[in-house]
Amino acid sequence: MLAKRIIPCLDVKDGRVVKGINFVGLRDAGDPVENSKIYEEQGADELTFLDITASSERRKIILDVVERTASEVFMPLTVGGGVRTLSDIRDFLNAGADKVSINTAAVVDVNLVKKATEKFGTQCIVVAIDGKRVKRTGGAEDHSSFWEVYIYGGRTPTGIDVLQWAKKMETLGAGEILLTSMDRDGTKDGYDIKLTKTVCELINIPVVASGGAGNLNHFYDVFTQTNADAALAASIFHYKEYSIKETKHYLKKRGINVRI
Amino acid sequence: MIAILDYGMGNLRSVEKAFQKVGAQTLVTSSPEKVLIAEGLVLPGVGAFKDCMKNLREYGLIDALYQFIQSGRPFLGICLGLQLLFSESTEFGLYKGLDIIKGKVVRFPQNSTIKVPHMGWNTVNIRERVPLLQDIEDESYFYFVHSYYVVPEDESIVASTTHYGIEFVSSICHNNIFACQFHPEKSQELGLKILRRFKEFCQKNAS
Repeated sequence: MLAKRIIPCLDVKDGRVVKGINFVGLRDAGDPVENSKIYEEQGADELTFLDITASSERRKIILDVVERTASEVFMPLTVGGGVRTLSDIRDFLNAGADKVSINTAAVVDVNLVKKATEKFGTQCIVVAIDGKRVKRTGGAEDHSSFWEVYIYGGRTPTGIDVLQWAKKMETLGAGEILLTSMDRDGTKDGYDIKLTKTVCELINIPVVASGGAGNLNHFYDVFTQTNADAALAASIFHYKEYSIKETKHYLKKRGINVRI
Repeated sequence: MIAILDYGMGNLRSVEKAFQKVGAQTLVTSSPEKVLIAEGLVLPGVGAFKDCMKNLREYGLIDALYQFIQSGRPFLGICLGLQLLFSESTEFGLYKGLDIIKGKVVRFPQNSTIKVPHMGWNTVNIRERVPLLQDIEDESYFYFVHSYYVVPEDESIVASTTHYGIEFVSSICHNNIFACQFHPEKSQELGLKILRRFKEFCQKNAS
């Protein structure tokens, strides 16, 4: 039986792991390769690197991190952050990434996801969606709300509905959706169950839930109340509040199918 | 020396690094001559079946592949490298494969109960304790990522199966050929065990 995946995410800036609260206020959390090795020993199912470096050297730095990691750990590695072109994707894959996640560029360049899946295969293209619950601006009488897609690291609203966007990305060939709730990210209040559940019911490709994990029960909730295939978390693993091993044993004891 | 066949289909680095980790000497190559002198041959592959076949043809590697496999030296196919051995695939139309193993490659049924691609860690049910699976306990987890699976005509070559909506063939063993749908190079310690066995197999065969 296919196991539910636990994925630690490493936000990488200038070659170091950092993790912020609500996309701001960064704290240093160590070397990415060393972190990856520890996560492998603990039984992580995959690793995700999100590059948030802004300098002109960014490409070189993150490619080096990916390459060193891929030589040391033997599990699937997803890399994202600043992916704009087919050649960016090729560089990451050649450096040893198995999957590349596309966020802003999927919105800015509507053909990128389709071209990328045709060229490199569905299995290595992940579309990352940052969603936030917002009010519709249909006039003073309109009190309805929807999940809106944000880009540029959560800074720019697009007006696009997350649900329609996820469906469209599936149609264009995306192999997986990495779904981050901006309302929950960094809050430790638990995954956004409603958002995750709604997206999972809509599409037939794997969905990784992200944003809000603060205790072990949150993993249990997202796997029992939604059809998510994987749960991604950053700070609770980095600051050693819980280890991955502990998380998986807890889930297994409560009847979730995880790989021990 | 173990040759890892490079025919322009994606990332071979992880296969190479994993073999290096278990102490194997490897050469990533597109040269038919190099393939023919290798002690063992690895056919990895990601992407679409028809593109892979097209590239193998354009790189002039088809004959070298047949000759190598006929020589009886150890051959390892991974993921698409398993599927390419088969007679034909229905991916994006009907395409001929290498036809070394009789059978076809088909897509997972599209219904609401399973998601496609099959992505993640799933258990391998061992049917036949073939040499490369010697160190692997039944129902161990390996990493999969694929939308198509193989259906061999000859059931006796099945080394393991895996359940995902249906029970599908996750590895085969036929004479000097071992090929798996899962990715040993991405399956942590257990995957490395298979690669280590393959390396030893190549060394033993060569001496």
